[in-house]
Amino acid sequence: MIRFDRVFKRYPNGREALSEVSFELESGEMAFLTGHSGAGKSTVLRLIALLERPTRGQVVVNGRNTAALRRGAIPAFRRQVGVVFQDHRLLDDRPVYDNVALPLAIAGVPRREMDKRVRAALDQVGLLGKERVFPLELSAGEQQRVGIARAVITKPPVLIADEPTGNLDPDLALEVMNLFHRFNAVGVTVMVATHDVHLLERFRVRRIHIEQGRLAANPHVAA
Amino acid sequence: MSLPEELRASRPAGPRTLGGALATWLERHAQSLVGSLGRLARQPFATALTVVVIAIALALPAALWLVVRNAGTVTAGLGETVQLSVYLRLPVTAEQAKKAAAAIQARVEVEQAVLVSPDEGLAEFRALSGLGEALSALSDNPLPWVVKVRPASPYDSAVAVEDLAATLRDMDPVELVEADTAWVRRLHAILDALRSLVLLVAVALAAGVLAIIGNTIRLEIDGRRAEIEVTKLVGGSNAFVRRPFLYSGLWQGLAGGLLAVGMILVALAVLDGPVGRLAAAYGGSFALIGLAPRESLAVIGGGGALGLVGAWLACSYHLRRIEPRA
Repeated sequence: MIRFDRVFKRYPNGREALSEVSFELESGEMAFLTGHSGAGKSTVLRLIALLERPTRGQVVVNGRNTAALRRGAIPAFRRQVGVVFQDHRLLDDRPVYDNVALPLAIAGVPRREMDKRVRAALDQVGLLGKERVFPLELSAGEQQRVGIARAVITKPPVLIADEPTGNLDPDLALEVMNLFHRFNAVGVTVMVATHDVHLLERFRVRRIHIEQGRLAANPHVAA
Repeated sequence: MSLPEELRASRPAGPRTLGGALATWLERHAQSLVGSLGRLARQPFATALTVVVIAIALALPAALWLVVRNAGTVTAGLGETVQLSVYLRLPVTAEQAKKAAAAIQARVEVEQAVLVSPDEGLAEFRALSGLGEALSALSDNPLPWVVKVRPASPYDSAVAVEDLAATLRDMDPVELVEADTAWVRRLHAILDALRSLVLLVAVALAAGVLAIIGNTIRLEIDGRRAEIEVTKLVGGSNAFVRRPFLYSGLWQGLAGGLLAVGMILVALAVLDGPVGRLAAAYGGSFALIGLAPRESLAVIGGGGALGLVGAWLACSYHLRRIEPRA
């Protein structure tokens, strides 16, 4: 579902973020992406979400080689990849409903179905009844869960998250990670970048460890 | 752990039938349409300013065009007053002059030929010029016999009158033919020039409207940068992102066109009285020609079209630069 083939990424400023990174995530698999800050975790996720293209090598997501995609095909590609950000990236001037429904509005889902699916998504993340609330009135954990609801509402086959628990206390972090686990349980391919030790110990899923832009053979968890 | 049906399975989101797709498409447009109106209403001052500037830019060429057209109707009636003055050689006898006048009158191009004797001419000149005393000092009448010729109906165009003048010039006792067509020609040339000017002004101001709308839309795009980024991040196409801005441009253009028509109506109402009095002072009656309904629609539609195109240009330039960062 996600395949990196000898990926090399250098940013325009000359910084080499990734080199010779190869791994494959099967459909329905879940993995933690670990490593120090600046090791290249975010770059991996940015390549999957097609926010960047590899300098060399291939990134294949959902059967599509990101290097070969035309500009006009990017939106459709992104709709197949749910992305959760550490800083939520919610629209603060829109209520929760509008935030969560945005991907459906883009996909052209009729209003009635939209209502149903927004409610279902909010129910999943435990925010049913908060449709008309604005993001800034919510706690950090709640905002993060709105972001997750938005990422999964189009039922993407791939879900990626960049430090989704970075700003949350341990209980909330566990709750959020449980959510990802549940989506994975119904067949969604999930990749979560994190350096939260407790979570790593708690969930027994595959780890992909990156050190200084390279895949590390023996993942060790930084304390 | 289980998920409800709504979140299970990754069936493609979106409508599945043609009718459903059309309904959804209409719904999305209706949303953008109403949404963009709401956003404009939330910034009444900025919106009003843009609309007024657009209205002025549209009203100016339209008003100029009306001026040209009204001037055209005024001068259209001038053909009848075109006259030729045929001056006979000095000296001719009254007999010769009468014969010449009769010959002119006999021509098919001539409606009426009136013979004016030197004495009549002098009397008229004395009355009109106010040089009575000075003229009395003349020992004898220096004026020639004159035949005043009014062309017949199909021969009263400027060109035909010139032709007639040339023909008369070749007749025997004729010394000089003066046709008053030069100023009519000049007037028509001026009107033609004005028409070209209207076109130029319209083109220049249309470009101005595009720039105004483009700038307004650019500001709007800047103000909604975060929203655009997030929308692109979750898979919004350029068309989806662009739609509300296109509607915004369309609304402002249409409103500008509507206001321009209103401005012209007000201007006409204000000018109607004075122009009527002016015409009366020249012993005529004249009603200003306003915009026909079709022309009003053209102004409004032109505003809308310019708004749409301006927004499109701004979008294609500025939206490209906003790519999501994460």
